[in-house]
Amino acid sequence: MRYIVGIDLGTTNTAVAYLDTTEGDAARVAPFPIPQMVAPGLVEPRPTLPSFLYLAPDAERPGVALPWDPAPAASVGEHARARGAEVPARLVASAKSWLCNPAVDRQGAILPFGAGDDVPRISPVDASARILAHVAAAWAHAGLPPLAGEDVFLTVPASFDAVGRELTVEAARRAGLLRVTLLEEPQAAFYSYLAHAGDAWRTQLSVGDVVLVCDIGGGTTDFTLIAVGEKDGDLVLDRVAVGDHILLGGDNMDLALSYALAQKIGQKLDAWQQRSLVHAARAAKEQILAGAADRLPVAILGRGSRLIGGTLKTELSRDEVERLLIDGFFPMTGAGDRPQRGRKTGILELGLPYASDAAVTRHLAEFVARHGRRPTAVLYNGGVMKGTALRRRLHDAIAAWDVAPGGGPSGSARRRQSAGEGSQPPGPKELVGTDLDLAVAHGAAYYGGVRRGRGVRIRGGVARSYYIGVETAMPAVPGMPPPLKAVCVVPFGMEEGTEADLPAQDFGLVVGEPAEFRFLGSSVRKADRIGDVIDDLDDIDELAPLETTLPVAEDAAAGTVVPVRLHSHVTPVGTLELWCVAAGGKRWKLEFHVRT
Amino acid sequence: MRRFSLAFRCFFRVLLGKPLPTELLPRPETPALPEPPPPRPAPAAKPAPAKADPTAGALLLLGLFQREGRLVDFLHESIDGYDDAAIGAAVRDVHKGLKKVLADHVPLAPVVEAEENEPYTVDAGFDPQRIRLTGNVAGRPPFKGTLRHHGWRAAKVALPDIAAGLDLAVVAPAEVEV
Repeated sequence: MRYIVGIDLGTTNTAVAYLDTTEGDAARVAPFPIPQMVAPGLVEPRPTLPSFLYLAPDAERPGVALPWDPAPAASVGEHARARGAEVPARLVASAKSWLCNPAVDRQGAILPFGAGDDVPRISPVDASARILAHVAAAWAHAGLPPLAGEDVFLTVPASFDAVGRELTVEAARRAGLLRVTLLEEPQAAFYSYLAHAGDAWRTQLSVGDVVLVCDIGGGTTDFTLIAVGEKDGDLVLDRVAVGDHILLGGDNMDLALSYALAQKIGQKLDAWQQRSLVHAARAAKEQILAGAADRLPVAILGRGSRLIGGTLKTELSRDEVERLLIDGFFPMTGAGDRPQRGRKTGILELGLPYASDAAVTRHLAEFVARHGRRPTAVLYNGGVMKGTALRRRLHDAIAAWDVAPGGGPSGSARRRQSAGEGSQPPGPKELVGTDLDLAVAHGAAYYGGVRRGRGVRIRGGVARSYYIGVETAMPAVPGMPPPLKAVCVVPFGMEEGTEADLPAQDFGLVVGEPAEFRFLGSSVRKADRIGDVIDDLDDIDELAPLETTLPVAEDAAAGTVVPVRLHSHVTPVGTLELWCVAAGGKRWKLEFHVRT
Repeated sequence: MRRFSLAFRCFFRVLLGKPLPTELLPRPETPALPEPPPPRPAPAAKPAPAKADPTAGALLLLGLFQREGRLVDFLHESIDGYDDAAIGAAVRDVHKGLKKVLADHVPLAPVVEAEENEPYTVDAGFDPQRIRLTGNVAGRPPFKGTLRHHGWRAAKVALPDIAAGLDLAVVAPAEVEV
């Protein structure tokens, strides 16, 4: 209970920060560098732990020994990433994105996806659990009290639905983290900004501001809107919208650059050379985006012991970076543009649902239009947004939307002018946070302090509304499933630690037989109240079904029908529980059915 | 160039087991232990490091230089047949990798914090290990002269923990693509 620990369980990198409560008001969040295997036999602390697992064959096990585990079944971190790139069949990557993929069995041993029979496989939940277990072991190895007894604030993408959140808590439990609370990543980034800005945030933001948190990591892009309001003369913060899970990030950009460079080299590259090129391209890109150079040589060293003789070289120029990255991933778009959806072919390939449109700005335009609030300020997060040129382009793209079709400034721009800032260029102001790689972990630990009464809290509640699907009673028509209606069971914004009953809706459950409920969610429908029945399911997505079995008891024999009501509970942890309650008060929990 | 040659001189001396150039030698009290991982938490009860094997540190560092900067490949290749552009293309990456190893594991700081080629006064009681006098050295300190090289000293040595059974003599494993 001495420490408050923030863990950013990222798609590509995991980071940890903590707050020592014994330091009282002087306590500041500090990063916890994570010891990990960086090369065979070498263990070193690093600021982040790459979220990669390498399932070492038995012969290699001693080579991945950790000070706290002589023969780990899976190596996590820097070495796992590097070694796994050489032996992709034994690499588990992006475990987190698999956690929210409803097309696969998330409790089933399916990773590495498509690996051969000789490779042991683990489930997406297990993969996440092992990364967290590494963190917990490293923490204990540093001589700190076990994480099982400490308050841990674990971040999840804002786009995670109730199932992804539940599975994340399950992974944490398997890793021995027993006092876990979930927090949305963009909110954590915003808390990090609040910690960094101190009281200055009250002057940097004013009532009516809408802050876009734009989080572009290695593999995913996540948007959130936080509105600044007022209550009793004090500023309050509300998380008003979250976006969908978009599998698009810095890795796509590095790949795009490396393909272009490979073409310039004009020679067939093997897998090793391609990986070297991606690394070299990333390093050169970062320097050019930071404005350090206009053109940089890029070399792939010879693979064998002949280093110079085998070296291939080319160069990367600012023009190419702007054309490929800025125009390719951040094109100037109209406010009405929408991302292109991939054409659905007959057979959908199983695997991760990567975004088919690479344009971040089009995804953003869609997000902003859907929620109807133009951002007046932006907080960036994720390693990609370190590039000043990319931040400038995103700013310009949003600023361009601010001009109404008639040419005059739209509401937000007008308001800023009336506030006497007419000389400022239009567009959202940029909020300056802390280290873009560590902000989420930092903010999560800071949030732990907020929960104990230090600092302002963002109000949010659940980020989407949830529904139970009910098939309408109508005569059966062959080949046409009966139409589905959705009954709202958890409204948008329902707060953690609250419960609600679904009024006047009885369901009949057959004792002794499994009952399955279709479970749906929407991040757009915010006005629905509990009990509302919706016929038009356009904005509503189907999630993993819920199921339960009423046990046979002395008062209810198998086969009898028991009328139940639904009761929903948003737990203080941040997960969702739905219960069936019988007339006598007996209740049964509905469990997510994630096996497909 | 001067630093480059110094770096190489050190390197071969480490390899051949000779003493390092004096300007590089750490002060006796320089800790040879890995840093404790977290910067601030309560003192960690770390297990005592394995018995110091004098070759271990040298081989470990050599392995790091090879892994990050391909140093052994570079030194073992005859560069006579290549033009400067070809060498230059490879050396940029080699340089970047080697520099990272130094920065991460043996961060260096000047012995004397002053501008080179500027007048410099050596006071009485100076440490001859830290400052080497050259030229017309006569009489007693203070000596007035010109700082020709500010020297280097290892600010700290932070080497990774070595797992038991790791064969450090394998500086780079052979690679077989299956």
